[in-house]
Order: sequence, then structure tokens, then C-alpha cells
Amino acid sequence: MAVMLRSVMPRCLLMISLACCWLGSCQKETQVERANREGILLVGNSAEPKALDHQLVTGVVESKIITSLFEGLVAADSAQDDATPPGAAISWEHNDAMTEWIFHLQPEGKWSDGAPVTAQDFVFAYNRLLHPDFAGPYAEMLYFLENAEAFNKGKIADFSQVGVKAVDDFTLQLKLREPVPYLPSLTRHYTWFPVPRHVVLQYGKMTDRFTKWSVLPNLVGNGPFKLIKWRFHDFIEVQRNHNYWNSSKVALNGIRFYPIENPYTETRAFLSGQLHTTYQLPSDLIRTMKKNEPDLLRQEPYVGTTFIRINTTRPALSDPRVRQALSLTLDRDQICEHIMEGFFPAHSLTPKMGSYQPEPKLAFDPEKARALLAEAGFSNGQGFPVFSMLIARPSARASAEAIQAMWNKHLNIRVNLQNMDWGSYVSAQQSLNFDMASAGWIGDYLDPTTFLNMWTKGNGNNNTGWSDPQYEKLLRDAAMKSDPAERFALFREAEATLMDAQPILPISYQCRNYLLRPEVKGWHPLLLDNHPWEAIRLEP
Amino acid sequence: MLANLIGRFFQGILVLFVLFTVTFFLIKALPGGPFKSAEKAIPKHIREKIEAYYGLDQPVQVQYFRQLKNLLHGDPGLSLRLEGREVTEIISQAFPVSLRLGLAAMAIAICVGIPLGVIAAWKKNTLLDYSAMALAMIGICIPAFVIGPLLADQFGRRMNLLPAMGWDPTDPTSWVLPAVTLGLATAAYLSRLTRAGMLEILSQDYIRTAKAKGVGSFRMLVRHCLRGGLIPAVAFIGPAFAGIISGSVVIESVFAMPGLGMHFIKAIEVGDSPVILGIVMLYGTLIIIANFLTDLLGLWLNPRLRKS
Repeated sequence: MAVMLRSVMPRCLLMISLACCWLGSCQKETQVERANREGILLVGNSAEPKALDHQLVTGVVESKIITSLFEGLVAADSAQDDATPPGAAISWEHNDAMTEWIFHLQPEGKWSDGAPVTAQDFVFAYNRLLHPDFAGPYAEMLYFLENAEAFNKGKIADFSQVGVKAVDDFTLQLKLREPVPYLPSLTRHYTWFPVPRHVVLQYGKMTDRFTKWSVLPNLVGNGPFKLIKWRFHDFIEVQRNHNYWNSSKVALNGIRFYPIENPYTETRAFLSGQLHTTYQLPSDLIRTMKKNEPDLLRQEPYVGTTFIRINTTRPALSDPRVRQALSLTLDRDQICEHIMEGFFPAHSLTPKMGSYQPEPKLAFDPEKARALLAEAGFSNGQGFPVFSMLIARPSARASAEAIQAMWNKHLNIRVNLQNMDWGSYVSAQQSLNFDMASAGWIGDYLDPTTFLNMWTKGNGNNNTGWSDPQYEKLLRDAAMKSDPAERFALFREAEATLMDAQPILPISYQCRNYLLRPEVKGWHPLLLDNHPWEAIRLEP
Repeated sequence: MLANLIGRFFQGILVLFVLFTVTFFLIKALPGGPFKSAEKAIPKHIREKIEAYYGLDQPVQVQYFRQLKNLLHGDPGLSLRLEGREVTEIISQAFPVSLRLGLAAMAIAICVGIPLGVIAAWKKNTLLDYSAMALAMIGICIPAFVIGPLLADQFGRRMNLLPAMGWDPTDPTSWVLPAVTLGLATAAYLSRLTRAGMLEILSQDYIRTAKAKGVGSFRMLVRHCLRGGLIPAVAFIGPAFAGIISGSVVIESVFAMPGLGMHFIKAIEVGDSPVILGIVMLYGTLIIIANFLTDLLGLWLNPRLRKS
């Protein structure tokens, strides 16, 4: 045996050395170094997009790609949330009531196939998204247009009654159902983007849900980039669109979006030089990155809130005093400091956006909580039912466990945690077949309505069983005001009403934790995280 | 023999039919649905329109027969998750990735597992045997989601020798880490099966006879032992290969690979029945074929089976 080992060992060692030399010689420039040379940005994008027809999707993942392929009337600014640089429209004006808007389109605006972008393309797009036969999942984003909701719900059949009109090829008129002072920033949402009428109709009817117009090689857009490659669960690549009206200002030659679902894989890929930026960073890696690679870590406020949704139709939970007691025993500072790294303790539901700041209504006061619970008939937690809290995302587990412990410690009540797959989790809430659920909400645009409108009766995202006519009246009254100060005062009042009732218990304001390489320039913190791709450059 | 083959063919058809039926009704039993699981709820009047578009508003039995008819025509229909994309297009993009990964992993498993098992049996109860079997046990015990990230971290991030994620069909270096991760566990099983098979053969009378006749060690190993000793391993390789192709979900997640496993999991999450059924039927067919080929190979290797 020993003889054999003596004869085999040297050969093995020689082979291992040769293999190491070969592997060593394979060491080449990283994917990022090559991409820097080629002017291509490598972006982690979390998941495979459902589609690239922006009238068929509702997600954030899709919006990242869609904003590289299409452009709305107003562009996004790379550094300021409230700036409204020209996009497909070069200028715009409105009446005093802010209910009628005229947008003048770029005379040089072209689709990526060279055809002009006209006001008719916008009218066609809004007609398509709102048409009942098309069944656009996010059509409600256009309900700001006069009669849009009635048309979408089939109550009127004539689209000419909807508040959108092409005055001429380059003039678009929008009539709104209420004053919308933030319309320019609203049109940055992809539901307001145009579609190329000539291409859509080439592959089918306007109301056909799926045609080949939005896949390779047919997709035509009016954005700074055009689609050149799409491999499912692999990557999507876009290339600079030379027909874009502002093409001379675009610094990148292309962008590659990688749908990497596993955040640890994404982080590894970033650290091994395969990505310029990640979509996310697992919370348990934040401290390590802060310590080892502080220059690569980005922690930026994001227009999102995490909360616990309560089923207010359940016994005990139907009592606002009980919900308030639950809220008063949440030590949000501790949760954010120790578990939700980078997140900020919530003071209300809506995070600060622009000049809107809700009244701080949330506090940590176990003494008061115990008194409220006793008042509701559950002194020292006696007789309080054992409820379940649904969790769908593994990342929510740690904070849910902390909350479970806080309630047990301060109120002497028990709550079970129940993990669920996403489908069951959503289904349980929609059918009010749950007690509590760990949840969150990301705003679509920078106005409090994106957080407040969902708690109205019958709204598909409410799922609490709670509604209040007074709350809804305040929202309606606010919607009729064009003066921002008056609007915001009414929204503050409405939000205070919501926070007194507490069908939801806000926990934290969200933060975007991600990694970004230093050679990526023109990438600034933005509340909606919509970085305009045309402003980004690579400076290795 | 021919009757046996024809019998197996019809058995396979029956199995596929049962597989289709059970899968279809299991999907229907899932809570939620493809258009009820959106992060931002789709308004009811719109959701009903979308469901009508896909025929999801029709009775379950109508949906069942429509789906069955589609499959019989070789077209499972449109995906409900990746809206408007054909299932055949999704499978034709992802299957070559899974197949290539499976072939590479199986090649590694065979090249590592079988020699390790043969050496362990040949040098029974020696340091070599113990080392090989200890390695095999480690390979079996440590799951892919531990080995994969470790390999990716070491060879991708620290040494920058191989890509830590992704799959480039034109760059074989991108296949190495996923194939090694996937192949190691199979190699471990294979080595233990090979060792067991070889030990049984080595104790046979005809081996003793060959030894008595003065047959050389190498010749005896290759000519007399290997063929019989590999029978358990071969019986394992067929289903294992199908399993490797279909069960690489963890590897696909760890290395962000565009294979079938990821489509399968995502489709199950949202109840995308055309994709689930398309992939299940593909997996089912592969396993039936793999089992069939394994049986044929077993017949070739084992003369006693042929006689019976």
C-alpha cells in the first residue's frame, strides 16, 4: 500500500499543479471590466419580467426594463425627485384648476424604427389600456382622465368621451376628472407611456391582449435604448437607440438586465465582477458589507412602508382599542436598529415625500397599551384569542418573531407565525381568511394618494375589512383641491383618521439596500428608485 | 422480447395520462391563481376578463379536456405567468440548458464515482477504501446549496477563475461550477453502488477460478468484474440522469441559470398550469425513456436477465 501511494502521490501532485497553472492562466478580465470597455451596464434585476408590453404588467422589475425602452411625456431627473425635465413632450401647460393639460410633443421624437412619435400614439395607448376587451391590469392608473373609469368598466362605450385628445400630430390634450398638480411626475409611470400604433396594428387588433409586437425582433419603443436580446431567466439586453430624440446625451452603449432571484447569488456575482449593481442586498450581509466594502454599499430611502395588516372583522381585532394596544407595544426603533437594517421607524403610513409629511401618530407606550387592552376586556391578556400572523417572504420572518415577542412581553398575548407560499398568502387576505399578515406597500408615484387611496371600501388592496366614510370623504375633498397646501392638509387629516383606527400597523419606512460599483456615475438616490438610464455613464 | 417492448410502450402512455390528470387537478386545488397573486391586486372586473381570455372561467372538466387536447397536439398553449409566451418556446430555450448541465454533471459523476467505487472495492478495508467512501459520504451528506455557494465563492469571487453565476453556452468555463456541484452528489451515490456491486462480484466463484488460473489483476478487473459489478450503478444512472435534468432547481438558483427548474418553480408559485403541465409531461417522458434504456442496458450487462 505504502509503495503504491509513493508511486501515485508525485503524479497526483504534478497533475494538480498543472491544473492550477492552467486555471491560473485562465484568469482573464472580469465581465465588468469587459463591459466597462464596451460601455455596457450590467444590472441585477431580481426576476424575469412578465412581459415587456408595458400595458400588461404591474411590477417594479418590468418597469426597470420598460423605462429603458419607452419614455413618457415627462422624463425622470437623475438627481431630483420633483424635477420634471422634458421627455416625449417638450413643454406643457395647464388651466388654473389643473384639470386641463396640453402637452407639446418633441418634433424630433421618433420610435426606434424611425417613425414619428405622435399624439395619436398616446391616444391609441390610453384607448388600448382602458379598453374593457384588452383588460389591462393597471388601467386604474389612467382613471385620473375624465370618464376613463366609466369607459374601462364598460359604462360608456365611446372612447371620444374620455379626456384625451390629439389636437394635432404633436399636441396632446388631457382632461382630468379632478385637479392633479402632480400630473407631470405621474406621466413618468409606464402606464402613461405611448405604444407604437403602427407596430401594434401590424401584428393584430388594438384590443388583442397578446400579439408578437412586444417580442423580439418586433418591439419598437421611443426610449433611449432598444431591445436586442431576451433569453428567459438568463438576461435581457438593450442597445442604444440612435433614433431617440436625446440620443447624443446617452452615454451607455447598452444595458444587460439579469433576472437573478437569489439575492446571495446576486451578491456573489457582484463581488466576483459580474455586475455593476445589484437589485438588493440580503439584510444579513449589510453589516459585513458596511465593514468590508463601505464604498460599494448604498442605503437610500425608498417610497415604501412595511406594516402588519389586520383583519378587522375578527373578534377582538375588530376593536380599535385592541389594534391601538398592538401598535403601542411595537418598539419600531429596536426593530429597525437590530433587524431591518437601514430601514427607518415609521411614524405613520406614508413616508415623507416632497412637502408632504404626515402627522406622527405612532409611539411606543406599553403602559398605555395595557390600559387599552384592559379597557377592551382583556386585562393582562386574559381571554385574548391566539391569532396567526401570515408571512410570505423569508426576510419578514425575523421582524415578525420580534413583534411576536414584544406582544408576548408587554401584553401577555400569543400570536403564532404562519409561513405561506405567495399564492396562498394573497388568496387568504383577499378572502379575509386571516388574522394578521406581515405586508408592505411601494408607492407608484410621489403623492400621498398612492398610499392612502387603497384603504377605501372595495379597493382590491385594502383586505382589512375596514372602511370609514369620513376617511373617504376627506380623500374626495382633497382630490378636488388644486392647491397643494390645502390638499396635503386634508390628506394629513385623512391619514390621522386611518392611524387612529389602525387597520394596519406600520412598522418601518423602506430603504433600498444594494451594491453599486464606483465607476457607475450619474446614479443618485431617488425615492422611486427610477434612475434614468440615459443619464448614467461608466467611468472606470 | 418485442411483446415486452410494446407492453412497456403502452404502460408508458398510461403513466403519462395518469400523471397529466393528477397534476392538472392538483394545480386546480392550489389556492390563489395566476391572476389573483399579483402584488398589487388586479381589479375584479379586469381579472374576470383576463380569466375569460384564457378560458379559466369555464368548468374544470372543460379546461381539463382542452388542455389534454392541446398537449396531444404537442402544444401546451400560452404561459399565464410570462403572458403571451408559448410554453414550447419557454421549454425550447430552457431544456437545452438543463440537458447540457445534466450531461456535464453525469459525465463528472461517472468519471469520479465509478473509478472511486471500483478502487474502494478492489482495495477493500484499506486506507484507500475508507478515504473513497468517506468522500462519498461527505458528497451525499452535504447538500448542493452548501457546496454550490462555497465553490462559487472560492473559484468565482476569491480566485476569479470561473464565473460565479450565469450560463454561457459558448463558454464552457461557465458550466464547470454548476456541473461539478450537481455531479458530486451523484458521484457519491454511484461510488457506493459501484463498490457494493463490485464486492459482490469479487466474491463469486468464477472470480476465484480466474484468479486460480493466473489471470492478471487488471485484466480480471476489466474483463471479469466490471461488467457484472456495474449492474447496480447502471440501474441507478438512468433515473438519476432524468432526476439531474429535472431536479437542478437548487443549482439553477445558486448559479442563476436559465434552466427548466426555475420555470417549473415559478410556474407552481402562481399556478401557471400550461407551463407546469408542459414541464411535468416532459419530465415524465424523460424518466420513462431513461428507465426503459436502463432496462435494456441491464439486459445487455446481465446474461441471467436475458435468459429469464
